[in-house]
Amino acid sequence: MGNYAIETVGLNFNFGNQAIVKDLSLQVPKGSIYGFLGPNGAGKTTTIKILLNLLKSPSDQVFIFGKEINSNRIATLKRIGALVEQPAIYGHLTGKENLVNRCILLGIKKSKADEMLSLVGLAEAANKKANKYSLGMKQRLGIAQALISDPELLLLDEPTNGLDPNGIIEVRNLMIDLATKHQKTILVSSHLLAEIERTATHVGIINKGQLLFQGTINELHLLSKPVLEIEVDKIESASSLLTKSGYEIMAKTDRIITIPFTSSQKSGELNTLLIQNGFTVSSLYQQRKDLENLFLDITKTN
Amino acid sequence: MHALYISLISEFYKSRKTLAFWAAILLPVIICGLISFGFYSDAEKIIANHYPPMILWAHYSGAALGVMGFLIMPFYVIFMAFSVNNIEHKNDTWKMLFAQPLNKFSIYAAKYLYAVLLIFICLFLFATLTYAFGHLLQALVPKFNFNQYNPLNILVNSYAKLFLSSLGILSLQFILSLLWSDFLKPMGIGFVGTIMGIITANVGWKYAYLIPYSLPALSLKLTRIKKGGDPLDFPVFTQEIWISLIYAVILFIIGYFIVTKKSIK
Repeated sequence: MGNYAIETVGLNFNFGNQAIVKDLSLQVPKGSIYGFLGPNGAGKTTTIKILLNLLKSPSDQVFIFGKEINSNRIATLKRIGALVEQPAIYGHLTGKENLVNRCILLGIKKSKADEMLSLVGLAEAANKKANKYSLGMKQRLGIAQALISDPELLLLDEPTNGLDPNGIIEVRNLMIDLATKHQKTILVSSHLLAEIERTATHVGIINKGQLLFQGTINELHLLSKPVLEIEVDKIESASSLLTKSGYEIMAKTDRIITIPFTSSQKSGELNTLLIQNGFTVSSLYQQRKDLENLFLDITKTN
Repeated sequence: MHALYISLISEFYKSRKTLAFWAAILLPVIICGLISFGFYSDAEKIIANHYPPMILWAHYSGAALGVMGFLIMPFYVIFMAFSVNNIEHKNDTWKMLFAQPLNKFSIYAAKYLYAVLLIFICLFLFATLTYAFGHLLQALVPKFNFNQYNPLNILVNSYAKLFLSSLGILSLQFILSLLWSDFLKPMGIGFVGTIMGIITANVGWKYAYLIPYSLPALSLKLTRIKKGGDPLDFPVFTQEIWISLIYAVILFIIGYFIVTKKSIK
């Protein structure tokens, strides 16, 4: 238990009769960037709210840095910075005032506010009212609020929401920086795998409240099996030949037959077989299913 | 205790640029200013009535107290209870507030206390400005006899009663505004309650004192009746005040349980 920043043990959570989170066992190692992936409505935000004790979990199911959350609420929250859904910003206050207010609540120096504004690139807009901010600026201010107390654990719920490509890259680099140089643990949720793939060290995939996969990013890569795509004419007879010869056909379009890839030698033998039977093979190549499709598969099958 | 203090500071910091905060200052300035202006421009007519100094003060301060007690005070309290909660509803910041490493009681109590404080400031200014403008009128129109009577005690007692008798409404409205994010529900209930309070207080229904909304009017009514005798001889802690305080305490505690059970969706 000592090595996890976040650990949930068979966590269940319902809104009334509706189960939102089912038997969820998250294990977020210290110092990792944990990509928390799932389609919209999978239970990501609910889980993050439980980790912040905004929603009350059953006792002995949620542990932050090894401590049970309900009985250590304040001590735990001191170590967490969070951005949940839309950033929580007072529109009638300026960006700087929003951060100063947070400094007051956390009992930290007000000079931290300026420091954070430059960190997220809002120094110039510091004295502009927050309701005049663009979506991306609000998101940055939300990230600044999450970081201001210099927490050990960051919970970021779709932090790149509304950011332009540059902003997305900045947030990505900031996360990598925080984890590698400052030894922070970051749990970042997203519904886009491509985004998580570039930063995360660990991945958890959730759908309909259930954890479908959890492991390192490499373990996820191993799951995606390579396939062989064959572009061939007379597709119907070609596929019946292949079936007869004992190959398993995964997919078939009007041009391409897809079968599992086993080895280069096998691919060559298959090519010879087709040509000897009078087919014209225009191309034959190994394809690795990308993670995006894998993610779709994982969340679809359930 | 520290958590309560910083939450209170934060409440002030958040609201210092809002109408809710400035209303506490502007309302007494405007109402006392208007009444004083009325007395100034009608000075001749008023002086012609040859009121004794005590009655002159009673007329003068009663103008503000009467309006306050019956109409403005309940609505002002409703508005305050609404605005300290609305600042979080409107910006969707409840979740942020309750994710801070502060105990929930401090956050809740600070909000409540801040509303109490704003009402106190407002009424304190009413009393102070009534007194100050009375003396200003005397300086401007020397024929008035404001200077022959010291109204401080009666002013302090009346406004203290008004303040204490409005706390029941505050706690009730506070819960309504905590539960509902929209303006109409707490306002509508408050409006109906206030009208009911005014009517029941005026017709002297014997259970009127059980309706929190009628308590400010009731508490001032007693003040007025006794003015015929020795004006300083009225107790602050009458039945209405105790009822109001009991309502305030009970509803404050209920509100806290609502906050602890409140799921932040």
